[in-house]
Amino acid sequence: MRHSINRTRLKHTDSHDLDHAREKLQSVKKEHGDLMVGGAAPAGEALGQGRALMSGTNSAFVKFSDVQKTYDGETLVVKNLNLDIARGEFLTMLGPSGSGKTTTLMMLAGFETPTNGSILLEARSIDAMPPHKRDIGMVFQSYALFPHMTVEENLAFPLKVRRLGRSEIEPRVKRALERVRLGGYCKRRPAQLSGGQQQRVALARALVFDPKLVLMDEPLGALDKQLREQMQIEIKHIHADLGVTVVYVTHDQAEALTMSDRIAVFNDGVIQQLAPPADLYERPQNAFVAQFIGENNQLHGKVVAMNGTTCKVEIAGAGNVQALAINVEAIGRPTVLSLRPERVQLNPTPGTLPNIFSAEVAEVIYLGDHVRTRVSVCGHNDFVIKLPNSEGLVQLEPGAAITVGWKTEDCRALDA
Amino acid sequence: MRKTRLMDVGALAVISLATGVLAPATPVFAGDQLTITSFGGPSQDANRKAIFEPFSKESGIKVNEDVFNGEISKIRAMVQSKSVSWDVVDLYPGLAGQLCAEGTLEPIDWKKLGLDRSSFIEGETTDCGVPEVVTGKIIAYDKDKFPNGPKTIADFFDTKKFPGKRGLQKRPVENLEWALIADGVPLKDVYKVLSTPAGVEQAFKKLDTIKQDIVWFQTSSQATQLLADGQVVMAAAYSHRIVDAIKNSGKHFQIMWDTLQWSMGVWVIPAGSPHVDAAYKFLAFFALPQPQANFSNIMPCGPTNKKALALVDPAILPDLPNAPDHMANALRVDAAFWSEKSDELAQRFTVWVAK
Amino acid sequence: MVTMAVQIAREPDGMPLRTKLTRVERRRKLRAFILVLPLLLFILIGFALPIGRMMFNAIHDDTLLTLMPRTTAALSAWDGKDLPDESTYAALAEDLKQAWAQRSMGAIAKRINYELPGLGSQITSSARKASTLSAGPYKPTLIEINPVWGRQDVWSLLKRGSLAYTPYYLLRSVDYQYGPSGQIVASPPETAIFQDMFLRTLAISIGVTALTLLLGFPVAYLLATLPAKYSNLLMIMVVLPFWTSLLVRTVAWVVLLQQHGVINEMLMALHMISQPAQLIFNRIGTMVAMTHIQLPFTLLPIYSVMKTIPPIHIRAARSLGAGPFYAFWKVYFPQTLPGIAAGCLLTFILCLGYYITPAMVGGPNDQMVGSFIAHYTNEELNWGMASALGAILLTATLLLYYVFNKLVGVDRIKMG
Repeated sequence: MRHSINRTRLKHTDSHDLDHAREKLQSVKKEHGDLMVGGAAPAGEALGQGRALMSGTNSAFVKFSDVQKTYDGETLVVKNLNLDIARGEFLTMLGPSGSGKTTTLMMLAGFETPTNGSILLEARSIDAMPPHKRDIGMVFQSYALFPHMTVEENLAFPLKVRRLGRSEIEPRVKRALERVRLGGYCKRRPAQLSGGQQQRVALARALVFDPKLVLMDEPLGALDKQLREQMQIEIKHIHADLGVTVVYVTHDQAEALTMSDRIAVFNDGVIQQLAPPADLYERPQNAFVAQFIGENNQLHGKVVAMNGTTCKVEIAGAGNVQALAINVEAIGRPTVLSLRPERVQLNPTPGTLPNIFSAEVAEVIYLGDHVRTRVSVCGHNDFVIKLPNSEGLVQLEPGAAITVGWKTEDCRALDA
Repeated sequence: MRKTRLMDVGALAVISLATGVLAPATPVFAGDQLTITSFGGPSQDANRKAIFEPFSKESGIKVNEDVFNGEISKIRAMVQSKSVSWDVVDLYPGLAGQLCAEGTLEPIDWKKLGLDRSSFIEGETTDCGVPEVVTGKIIAYDKDKFPNGPKTIADFFDTKKFPGKRGLQKRPVENLEWALIADGVPLKDVYKVLSTPAGVEQAFKKLDTIKQDIVWFQTSSQATQLLADGQVVMAAAYSHRIVDAIKNSGKHFQIMWDTLQWSMGVWVIPAGSPHVDAAYKFLAFFALPQPQANFSNIMPCGPTNKKALALVDPAILPDLPNAPDHMANALRVDAAFWSEKSDELAQRFTVWVAK
Repeated sequence: MVTMAVQIAREPDGMPLRTKLTRVERRRKLRAFILVLPLLLFILIGFALPIGRMMFNAIHDDTLLTLMPRTTAALSAWDGKDLPDESTYAALAEDLKQAWAQRSMGAIAKRINYELPGLGSQITSSARKASTLSAGPYKPTLIEINPVWGRQDVWSLLKRGSLAYTPYYLLRSVDYQYGPSGQIVASPPETAIFQDMFLRTLAISIGVTALTLLLGFPVAYLLATLPAKYSNLLMIMVVLPFWTSLLVRTVAWVVLLQQHGVINEMLMALHMISQPAQLIFNRIGTMVAMTHIQLPFTLLPIYSVMKTIPPIHIRAARSLGAGPFYAFWKVYFPQTLPGIAAGCLLTFILCLGYYITPAMVGGPNDQMVGSFIAHYTNEELNWGMASALGAILLTATLLLYYVFNKLVGVDRIKMG
């Protein structure tokens, strides 16, 4: 019981973050609305729509073409990756650890070589190009600031390498530091800065030489939650201001949703779905994405009828559910129904919704802005409903008999 | 570095501690034992067999042995701190003379010994020593390298005719003399010349001519090893060690007896020895012709008792430094000269070597 | 909270809180002190005292003062111009008699021999004769017994002996000495060796330090970057010499380097040389053997510093546009400097004191100050000279450390 509560709490936090993320996303998008390019365009439902969008035009800024990577010659860490990134885009690679996202990033940076396939930057293959010639800025989780140099020297490093004159270096370093609001810190050493300041310096250093592309490998992973959220916005602003292309790696979905134009969800060496944040949340293409992004009720069943875009799914011992046929194979095959908790209606008027089932309240958790109710329905007792704390909120007691219902469009039949 | 210096100072502490602590304990056993200190190695083994053991058997006095390397400073330290733990010591006569002059050694009472000084080779040399043994410093060479090896000391200094490294013991004694002889100074004038600053200059200058070809060794026993390893083609060595290496280890060495420099070992008694009577008994026993001949039969060094030479095995006789043939063109190392000059010349020599 | 504090402050026994705290603290400090006491005593007795004694010995010599008390007292009034008067000679005769009776003539002769080599034996013999004198005038008699007593330099030496402290040993250690009338002059070339000796010691130490750095740095880098299974093996090979005694290692080099040693035989078998090369009893042998012995001392501090440098720094530098060498030189290498400084300082200071190794594999021209210290300690028992040389070496080392500290900063040295 206790375990179950804990899990519920955890889920709540996730979803809470997610709400925040969405709000922030909205605010950023409002401010920089028109800067959104490429991936922010209305997305189709098809898997890997980015490729569909741009591969034909051959204008992709970065292009992964059939890239494979194996370290031991047996298992592929990255399996046949095809990915196009548009100029100026903020693309996030999101996935659990070991899903191949970091390897993909390192191949792009030049620190790993693809076992097969090729990577194009501005339509030119960079497979044989060493990292220092790629002109790609990079921000690491551990900051990787050079401890024996001052902040100023750290920033001047890429400029000195490029043999710029002192007169050119100084203003650029100054500007870059001001951009990350660290104007007065030039003479400090990295060890004298806080974690957030260090990461801002690292960011400034990755940008100071005006790279075409900036790669960020979980750059905020070492910061605490509040600082992380602040930095997310800051990075997003900088991206919008400079119009630089960013490829960002994280395992934090809230971060991905907050910042990205498009998100590539990685699992098991394969991009599960590539879509703008809202699409990813609203229209997950498979059970992994639905489960990985946001909170999700899953009902296991069997397809009994297909009717164009919808289908009928039989839940053993409970009845049939009308759902969108997103990722189902054929009649008679098993499927997983995905349903967001906030889309479930409590005690709907019979007949108004295609799917109405009786349920029993198992647990009620008051969370301020909403009430989270766990009910037992269709033989699943981990079915969650989120009820906004609005005027007509019904007081529920555990054990109460209720009905729940949802629209066909909110219920997606996915791969089992 | 730190360790070295610590050891230096530590040694001081240990010596003063050891001497201070051990001294009072010794008189308890006084009278029935004796500590004899010599240079160790095969010659001490021979002494043990030919002399110490028979002496112990005859007199009932137990002989303890110790080993040193001729460091007279140790004897001085013992005598000054009045904690003498060596009763009879094997010493070079030059050093013996020096120590005798400053009163560090007991003068020998020949009447008490019951011996006639004149029956010993150079019995008159020093008042504080009984001649123990005649040793010869010779040049030994590798017979395989030079089948018609060096014949004179001038050949030793001739690196054109006889190329290769030469081994010399790192001390002025013998080396300065040989340098002068090789430079044409007659045997009888060697010490006269060496007494003058110009003579010293001449000797070092002659040594300079082969300085690059000299491998210096610290103790005389290293000479045979250097020869055997091929590190040197010839080396200054004690004749008895070379004879031993040829006879017992089958080495292809050859001794050049020409300009042999012979000297003696003397037994001395440090002043304040707690076992003077036992020491006298030992010296009286050792001085007899038969024990001396026995010793020479084991270890080819010359006996000092003039009667002993006749008792030596005739097959051994040609290997002894004081065999009549070898004495023809030999130099007696002047103990008195070295007793007076050794400090001065040693200082100069040390600096010259290190330069 | 407030009430609690008040309660504590007013303990029933009425003792003020501060007193109690001090008492507890004192007990704690005392316990800590008792724990370190054995080591403290050990260091004091085994290290501080001997070194203090050595420094003292370098300038202290009361041989003449204690063994010739009357003469030195009488000489305090002597102007040093002409020979002293009859009363001083009478004092001398008295001292000589006493010294002869107490068998302390050896020590006096030895002391005089240090400064006036060759006079010792004459002074001893004159003491024997002087011991029989019963009445004056002593001046002509003593000069007749031995002309040394008519020598100005002998008397000025005796006058200097009236002080228990003498700079003689320190002067001699840098090739200066007293002239006949007591003025300080440079030692004649045939006895001047110590300036050369110190310079040689310095040169060999610098050379060996440079060689260990040159050889050790790449190995340390390998050790720090190789995967554990290889680096462990390599580490064992590096540390192995530590487990064998210095003497064994040096003898092993003799076997390798000698005329018909392993290396010469191999080179001749390969027809690379026709005559055995002189590899031992010269500078080559000394440098090779010392470098081998010192290698771990230089290498290990560098290695442990390298271990702390994140490999990501090189990647960061590469991504900023630096080529592999530039990245290494500007980013990696500067971070190893504290280790290099520590390793080199350690090796250099240890090298200064070498004497066994040069004695065994070096020629006469490769003997270092240590060998003279050993010579004076073991062979001549000249504590004054041994201490003076040791004191100079120690002072030079401390001076070096001081300069190093000023330049580099000892707090920046890292042993890992």
